[in-house]
Amino acid sequence: MEFRFFHHFGSYLLMLKGMFSRPENMKMYWKEFMLQCVDIGIGSLGIVLIISIFMGGVTTLQISYQLVSPIIPKATIAQVVRDTIILEFAPTLTCIVLAGVVGSKIASELGNMRVSEQIDALEIMGINTKGYLIGPKILASLIMIPCLIAIAGFLGIWGGLEAGSLANILSHEEFMQGLRQEFKAYNIFFALFKSFVFAFIISTVPSYYGYNVQGGALEIGKASTAAVVVTCVLILFMDYLLAAILL
Amino acid sequence: MIELVNIKKSFGDKVILPEVSAVMETGKVNLIIGSSGSGKTVMMKCMVGLMEVDNGKILYEGQDFTGMEEKDRKEIRREIGMLFQGSALFDSMTVEQNVMFPLDMFGSGSLRDKKKRVMECLERVQLKDAAKKFPAEISGGMKKRVGIARAIVLNPKYLFCDEPNSGLDPQTSLLIDKLIKDITKEYNITTVINTHDMNTVMESGDHIVYMYQGRKQWEGSNKDIIFSKDEKLNDFIFASDFLREAKEIRQMEMFQQKDWRDKLKKD
Repeated sequence: MEFRFFHHFGSYLLMLKGMFSRPENMKMYWKEFMLQCVDIGIGSLGIVLIISIFMGGVTTLQISYQLVSPIIPKATIAQVVRDTIILEFAPTLTCIVLAGVVGSKIASELGNMRVSEQIDALEIMGINTKGYLIGPKILASLIMIPCLIAIAGFLGIWGGLEAGSLANILSHEEFMQGLRQEFKAYNIFFALFKSFVFAFIISTVPSYYGYNVQGGALEIGKASTAAVVVTCVLILFMDYLLAAILL
Repeated sequence: MIELVNIKKSFGDKVILPEVSAVMETGKVNLIIGSSGSGKTVMMKCMVGLMEVDNGKILYEGQDFTGMEEKDRKEIRREIGMLFQGSALFDSMTVEQNVMFPLDMFGSGSLRDKKKRVMECLERVQLKDAAKKFPAEISGGMKKRVGIARAIVLNPKYLFCDEPNSGLDPQTSLLIDKLIKDITKEYNITTVINTHDMNTVMESGDHIVYMYQGRKQWEGSNKDIIFSKDEKLNDFIFASDFLREAKEIRQMEMFQQKDWRDKLKKD
């Protein structure tokens, strides 16, 4: 069991090392990078919009349900919603969803390319397949996922604001007042730092599983599932570790 | 010319290629034949560098491919075109984009020149009309032809084909064989085909290497096969009664020719 872990971890590191070589044609790498940016960023925007708005709304409703004391000002609800969304929900929950959406897509795309010998075809042409196929995915994730997290944060807070107003819990003014109370810019840094770490995990782990698929369609499915599971576990583990170190 | 000098390959304890030496000649269609599990695919993968040999040398025009650094290997790989068993076309690209890909990656020149070259290659494989179609929209035979067009677009010195006829009807198989044979002669390239299609063996085999349990069992041309006394080869090639009868008819036909009669008497 331990040996299998070390084998996978070693192969994963070698895969990352193998990406670094001089690109055969920078224009083609750029084209692939832009394609991945569209795929990962624009392709996941819809689901991120939906989950972040509802996540913000539900957070407001549940916090107001728990803070029933008359001595706690209503603006505190917005303060708690803000910090919960920025610190945890926007980066972690969104990345868990992205692990499913983006991670399974990366793993199955590379797995299919491996099984149908497309990766071999690129190798024979003299292309560094790790650099050409995985590198742009990682770079695109590192740029687009933090952007998605930022959007999720804004929309989550907006969802909370509207849900509070619709349910007559607190007015827009009270919510805005709560948002400004004891705001710490460090929380934004923490959330963005987390999003970079998660973006790296979301792009590299499924790439590893997809790139090393052996067999047929069944194995692509298995690799895709394993990639999503491992990515989610690693995200949760790193979430805890980063919170313990940085907060 | 590609030379294999005592190459060995094993996976764990299982020896796939115990020790094989062979020469793939320039301007000829070189066939590697053998039953499933005889090591022909492993041999081809070692030749193109998709697998590493445990021992021995693979020489491309005298240059040791096995001992080369990755940078130098890439230079040789750019002179290799390969047609895969499943065609290995990029699903997200059209036929034209698939053929254009190697040119975009490594070719120089204007977009117009590249497009012209792509059209030349597609015309060569009679697929000019399918340029805008996606791989999912074309037949298996057409995919193979696109694979050939992509393999020759950079004017390779070496063409490798892994089971080019698998899954094709006999007529389309013959068309693919003819195309590969014509391209080999036209561009004077070293073509290596991995097959167990008997039509390919009899129609295209300028030079044939028969593999049996990882070893080179027999070597010769498609004409030599007719008079070969190697039992294993005969069992493999002329497996059915129909083929055995066809062989006897061909033997009699060839015996009518004086040069073959003299050759056989000498043997």
